[in-house]
Amino acid sequence: MSEKAIKERMSGNEAVAYAIRQVEPDVMPAFPITPSTEIPQMVSTYIANGQMDTDFIPVESEHSAMSAAIGSEAAGARTMTATSSAGLALMWEELLLAASNRLPIVLTLVNRTLSGPININCDHSDGMGARDTGWIQIYAEDNQEAYDNYIQAFPIAEDSRVHLPVMVCMDGFITSHAVMNISLLEDAAVKKFAGEYHPEEFMLDAEHPVSVGPYAISHYEMEAKRAQEAAMERAKEVILEVGKRYGEMSGRSYGLFEKYRTEDAEFIMLIMGSAAGTAKQAVDELRESGVKAGVLKLRVFRPFPEKEIAEAVKNCRALAIMDRCESYNGNSGPLGSEVTAGLYRNRVFIHAVNYIYGLGGRDFTTEDVKQVFEELKETADGRLAEQQHKYIGLRE
Amino acid sequence: MSDYSLKTMMNKPERLAPGHRMCAGCGAPIVVRAVLRTLHEGDHAVVGNATGCLEVSTFMYPYTSYKDSYIHNAFENAGATMSGVETAYHVLKKKGKIPADENFRFITFGGDGGTYDIGFQSLSGAMERGHDMTYVCYDNGAYMNTGIQRSSATPMFADTTTTPAGKESNGKVQYRKDLTAILAEHYIPYAAQTTLTRDFRDLHRTAEKAVYTAGPTFLNVMAPCPRGWRYPAEDIMEICRLAVETCYWPLFEVDHGNWKLSYEPKHKLPIEDFLRTQGRFRHLFKPGNEHLIELFQKEVDKRWEDLQYRCARGQI
Repeated sequence: MSEKAIKERMSGNEAVAYAIRQVEPDVMPAFPITPSTEIPQMVSTYIANGQMDTDFIPVESEHSAMSAAIGSEAAGARTMTATSSAGLALMWEELLLAASNRLPIVLTLVNRTLSGPININCDHSDGMGARDTGWIQIYAEDNQEAYDNYIQAFPIAEDSRVHLPVMVCMDGFITSHAVMNISLLEDAAVKKFAGEYHPEEFMLDAEHPVSVGPYAISHYEMEAKRAQEAAMERAKEVILEVGKRYGEMSGRSYGLFEKYRTEDAEFIMLIMGSAAGTAKQAVDELRESGVKAGVLKLRVFRPFPEKEIAEAVKNCRALAIMDRCESYNGNSGPLGSEVTAGLYRNRVFIHAVNYIYGLGGRDFTTEDVKQVFEELKETADGRLAEQQHKYIGLRE
Repeated sequence: MSDYSLKTMMNKPERLAPGHRMCAGCGAPIVVRAVLRTLHEGDHAVVGNATGCLEVSTFMYPYTSYKDSYIHNAFENAGATMSGVETAYHVLKKKGKIPADENFRFITFGGDGGTYDIGFQSLSGAMERGHDMTYVCYDNGAYMNTGIQRSSATPMFADTTTTPAGKESNGKVQYRKDLTAILAEHYIPYAAQTTLTRDFRDLHRTAEKAVYTAGPTFLNVMAPCPRGWRYPAEDIMEICRLAVETCYWPLFEVDHGNWKLSYEPKHKLPIEDFLRTQGRFRHLFKPGNEHLIELFQKEVDKRWEDLQYRCARGQI
């Protein structure tokens, strides 16, 4: 049965801060960085006004934010933080340690480009740069999804089959600062859904002291990493279970990705984050003029659902793989590499073109989307030589 | 606790199990055992550790030497990591998620690399934020775990692998950083400098005070390294004694802003007596290098005078 909905207007940052207040984790170490700064500010205000019982640690850097989060989580406290861009880059070493120590920390990543040149606007180079750190990554299209994903993050992370940290991602400014209508849940419903945190082992268990963060010789290192990978593989089913359970409570179910008008689509755009909304709008317009276009909005980037993606796009004629990030490998962005590898591994041989768009906050419009679909059609018809790595919205 | 006699102290339970892989003649495990020995019966601890010799030798999966809970995170963040642990303790106790009658103390160990240099920001931040924790630096004056590279704690003229003495070099060019004073200038409740000497009386006394003073406290313990300093393992205690008697490593504490010498040598010995015991200073004793020892002596004298001045002011 669905819980009561509260209609509100909020920015993405406000929505996540609201969810944090409702989940009420034990500890939040954080350091400000645009555009995620509002989250620790709002949480601090909730605490200052007695609206939540969380200890905020005003650390002196993002590296220390993740270090303190690791200490706190290993001690037995439910812990979360928020950051963006260079902040995530500074945490990088610690991201790996949070995952390898199997600590279910939740981090809100408000996506912003990485320097240089320095720029405060959105792209996915921060999250993509951390794609091999062992964190689950879930991307939101809008403030509603940022809110919903946040509440689901703890049950996913803390599940005994998973025990991995989760990054809840939303696009900087576009989602974090733009105010939209949102449907919120009541505090008690969120608390019940997130549950209480009962770690199996924790350092403050006086009867059962535990050592955390060992040196492992080659004889053990490989098994530890394999166990971590196995947990990431298991995370997929847990994410689906939690997404379904969340739907039963809120009326909004979540999967690994959203298929938008893809069933009969000849051409599909695979895209992640806020630009999916733009893509859907353009697809609606294209459909009216008879173009069979669809959107596959990727929600869960880690674990990467390549088999499911391959299955979802196998019947289209051509696929545009949209990357809001460059990989500098001479061939493609991160999604461009991983999706095409997945298609090949699953024996799906369709035209697949990788587009780089929206870097450093560059506008991405419905006209851009339509141009991509036009090019996909020309490619599939053999009128345009297949290029596998292109830019859209670039000033020549 | 007022009796710090060696007999009393050595009868306390050991909280660092034997069988770890530290070198014979190394100061670090002696420091750890001594500090943990001051924990009161029935009290628990979470021990933190920066990456370094101590960490790789005492917690090698699947074995741990620690009878208390322990966390190693990385090299540069032992201060921040423990600040998270301490905060968790505070909040879980407040929320009734851990028993109210259990008393935990939080003690972090780092070498001079992890403390003076790469971990300095993290330590400074944790101390400034006022976490109820003790940070213990075992200062062996170089990055020993990676193979004796200079640190900001390395004394001038020491021969290290990144400041080798040679035809055109007399070893490290710079003087060392005075970290104890820097930490005291954070106006934390308690900071002390000590080493392994005089029946460990000062070490045990300052350690207990540091561990049981509320708020952030800092202990800087000179802990010689036989590989880096190049001395026979059995000489460690004599080297520590000479460091104190030459005033190279004075024993002092800063208790709530009050600077106080913990020990004053009756007859300050010349610095050669300390330098001569270690292979890392051998080149200073070549004919023609007398002026280098004079420079070293001058710096020791200057710092000793500064310290005496601070302590005298503290007594006004």
